[in-house]
Amino acid sequence: MYAAGLPRCSVVIADVYKLLSEVPDPEIPILSIADLGIVRDVVIDGEKVTVTLTPTYSACPATEVIEASVYEHLRANGITDVHVHRALSPPWTTDWISAEGRRKLAEYGIAPPAGSTAKKSLRGDDLRIACPRCHSTNSVKVSEFGSTPCKAAYKCGDCLEPFEYFKCI
Amino acid sequence: MSTKPHFEYLLRLGDNALVSGQRLGELVTRAPELEEEMALANFALDCVGQARMFYTYAAEIEGQGRDEDQLAFLRDQIDFRNLLLVEQPNGDFACTIARQFLFLSAYQIQLDELTRSSDKRIAEIAARAVKEVAYQLRHTRQWLIRLGDGTDESHDRMQKAIDDLWRFTGEMFIADEIDEWAAAENVGPNPAALQAPWNDFVQQALQEATLTRPQDAWMDTGGKHGRHTEHLGYLLAEMQYMQRAYPGAAW
Repeated sequence: MYAAGLPRCSVVIADVYKLLSEVPDPEIPILSIADLGIVRDVVIDGEKVTVTLTPTYSACPATEVIEASVYEHLRANGITDVHVHRALSPPWTTDWISAEGRRKLAEYGIAPPAGSTAKKSLRGDDLRIACPRCHSTNSVKVSEFGSTPCKAAYKCGDCLEPFEYFKCI
Repeated sequence: MSTKPHFEYLLRLGDNALVSGQRLGELVTRAPELEEEMALANFALDCVGQARMFYTYAAEIEGQGRDEDQLAFLRDQIDFRNLLLVEQPNGDFACTIARQFLFLSAYQIQLDELTRSSDKRIAEIAARAVKEVAYQLRHTRQWLIRLGDGTDESHDRMQKAIDDLWRFTGEMFIADEIDEWAAAENVGPNPAALQAPWNDFVQQALQEATLTRPQDAWMDTGGKHGRHTEHLGYLLAEMQYMQRAYPGAAW
């Protein structure tokens, strides 16, 4: 029961989260921004919807594209009063990538971040990264830096395929 | 909080990041190998991203209606507040590595302190940036060791690069009235306090790289007050050309 005179809210938080889970990351489109873990908060105030996002890297070129996609997708679905807020703190970490996101990355051919940032991966110690194709851990790092700041280049010693690894940061 | 020193302090952070980013960006298509080119371009991108965050905040503090682009593209050499070290040319690869190593090892310590800044916004930017600088420094340190402890040729070049750039390191640890303001307000560390941990870190890396730490002698200073070496002017001329020639041009 709604108290008389109180404005009824036509937008439901769960719907907004569902819509956000349909917005792809422009650089790894199999991942949604929800999978990536950059959606920090959704606040609904009457008709006004405020979405808080945390950029992955300082200069991630996708940040502005993602913000524009959020506006566009929510508006296309009837939510007109959309505000996107950028929150730097706490800083994004690969620990926030969801289990679903990790599964999708591996399926796509990108090895997901190994372990959590609390572990030695942050110090750059060499890790046994499983090849996303044949699952062998007999892999070698070719380069710590790949096509985007978030990825490193690896090669599998068994199936010999090169692959990308989403760095743990 | 006082606006003037606050703005100046942010400008120094932004200028160090932007000038570093521009120098690293110059190496795109010129790096010694493809993997290294990607690494350096990644670093350049990080630096420019950090500069944007510092400039955006600086412009808000200044409150004169300027924005990040105006601070980056429409200021003259005399208005830049970066350290002399970061504007030094790329030279050979050893020279690039020496410059990045000497700067990043101090920047890392500074950022780590800044994550505890009384200025919440600076603390947030630093918390983001410190992770990026950690892998830049790790990568740069590995090259320092590989080249220093490599062939006779790479050792000699790496040693020469460290020797040549050493006179620009003193400036990183000299506090002036802006730094004293920041320390008093708990906004940022007193640069003098960064020197001991920097020395230890650098000393250990040089030793591992079989390089000799140069003697501290006369140090070149002035960057934080707009007195730069000749190299910054050329860098700015290239970086600012488009906005100067076509004011207001946008993508």
